[in-house]
Amino acid sequence: MNSILQRYSGSNAGGLSKSTIDEDNDFSDAMWGSEAGFGTLAKGVPGFVVPSVPDPAAFLRLHTDDHADPSCRIKIQHGTTTLAFRFQGGVIVAVDSRATAGSYVASGTVKKVIEINPYLLGTMAGGAADCQYWETYLGMHCRLHELRNRERISVSAASKYLSNLVYSYKGMGLSMGTMICGWDKTGPAVFYVDSDGTRLKGDLFSVGSGSTFAYGVLDQGYRWDLTDEEAQELGRRSIYAAGHRDAFSGNTCNLYHVKEDGWKFIGNYDITKLHYEGPGDVAGSPGHGYGYDMRVEGRSSANPPEAPAQA
Amino acid sequence: METSFALTGKGYVIVAADTTAIRSIVKMQIDQDKIKELSPHLLMAYSGEPGDTVQFAEYVERNIRLYQIRNLYPLRPAAAASWIRRSIAETLRTRNAYSVNLLLGGYDTSSHTPNLYWIDYMGTVVEVPFAAHGYGSYFALSLLDRYHDPEASLEEGLATLKRCIDEVSKRLVVDPGKYKVKVVDKDGIREVEI
Repeated sequence: MNSILQRYSGSNAGGLSKSTIDEDNDFSDAMWGSEAGFGTLAKGVPGFVVPSVPDPAAFLRLHTDDHADPSCRIKIQHGTTTLAFRFQGGVIVAVDSRATAGSYVASGTVKKVIEINPYLLGTMAGGAADCQYWETYLGMHCRLHELRNRERISVSAASKYLSNLVYSYKGMGLSMGTMICGWDKTGPAVFYVDSDGTRLKGDLFSVGSGSTFAYGVLDQGYRWDLTDEEAQELGRRSIYAAGHRDAFSGNTCNLYHVKEDGWKFIGNYDITKLHYEGPGDVAGSPGHGYGYDMRVEGRSSANPPEAPAQA
Repeated sequence: METSFALTGKGYVIVAADTTAIRSIVKMQIDQDKIKELSPHLLMAYSGEPGDTVQFAEYVERNIRLYQIRNLYPLRPAAAASWIRRSIAETLRTRNAYSVNLLLGGYDTSSHTPNLYWIDYMGTVVEVPFAAHGYGSYFALSLLDRYHDPEASLEEGLATLKRCIDEVSKRLVVDPGKYKVKVVDKDGIREVEI
């Protein structure tokens, strides 16, 4: 127990004997705490410690597959709605904030937009830990690219780095569906990257269990020449639609807008509040709740014949 | 990939269903009518287990007709929905349950209101302003939450239906193809082209 304590108390790291951390002895002690935990960089090629069993992927599946075994020990957090689209005024990124583990709502305040650097955003769908870790890691490499090449990395190159990285782990249980969004020399850009190794350039994407519901509203309202206000409203309205119809999405909506001078956080909106009251006093607000019943209040399909004129 | 939609508007119900019959990976027919005209003011779109669908729809059709012959007046939409629900529920826990999902659209000539009932193979009935069955519902319901108007004119209603159909063709892996669209209002039933 003492050795474990010692190992994780950063200030003492230098005093650890080599034998207690034999799996780590590829690195000098000085690396601990100085690389933000990304000690694997020292090998040159990205690497990762995998369970020391014959088939790590099968091992992971055994303990995480809650479809086959609802009582499995590790439940990976799934279920999300995220969207991003490119338009005349930049890129809109909107996400919900619910994390579910099986049928349990594990959290309603998840940050599913990962701020990679002031010009790059990544979204989070699939395994929360995988997205958070690898997109932060991507951020480090984007910074290294800046230092080495004296210019910011393009969105295309950043997304390619991530896609190559996750592809190298293919079949080992990574689970992520992400959009890398930003502004570079070529203007606004959105790339979809997932853990199968798929990488797609496009104008409009939605990812997660609620994506079909978001697409339903998004596709119908989308135009290239949307104003900033219209675009922000469309992003918010689409996440609301998914939060309303998909049980695994909801709680709140986080909205970002990327322009030439980097991304800006627009706001956090309670989806229940959006339903009953609307987004409040913000640009593009319809002035009433998004909910169907609020929108059609007082309207009726009945068409009784005109009352005969009084004699 | 079977998909059906229905929506109400000012004094009418639109019912639409795709026209493809699929077996395994093969399209067997591309002009099938999956909407039955049960009475002068009642429409029923059916989808689900091949075989069950047509058998059940014809069973319903003939019983609704029988009621009209015996009583000289047809069942009102709400009563028809209850009767159909009961037919599904009575066979549900047997070895020959009907696996059929329905959209029942009717115009109630007594109360001058269009009625739409969403019915599933388990015997759930719910009266709704708009409805969908099949994979299309994943795209159409959020869209209808956003665009449906209970006071829409027929032209506006058909435009909203067109949005649903276009969205499903755009995003669903297999495009359901052509749709048959029928409208019921105070004047009865008619088919419309979209």
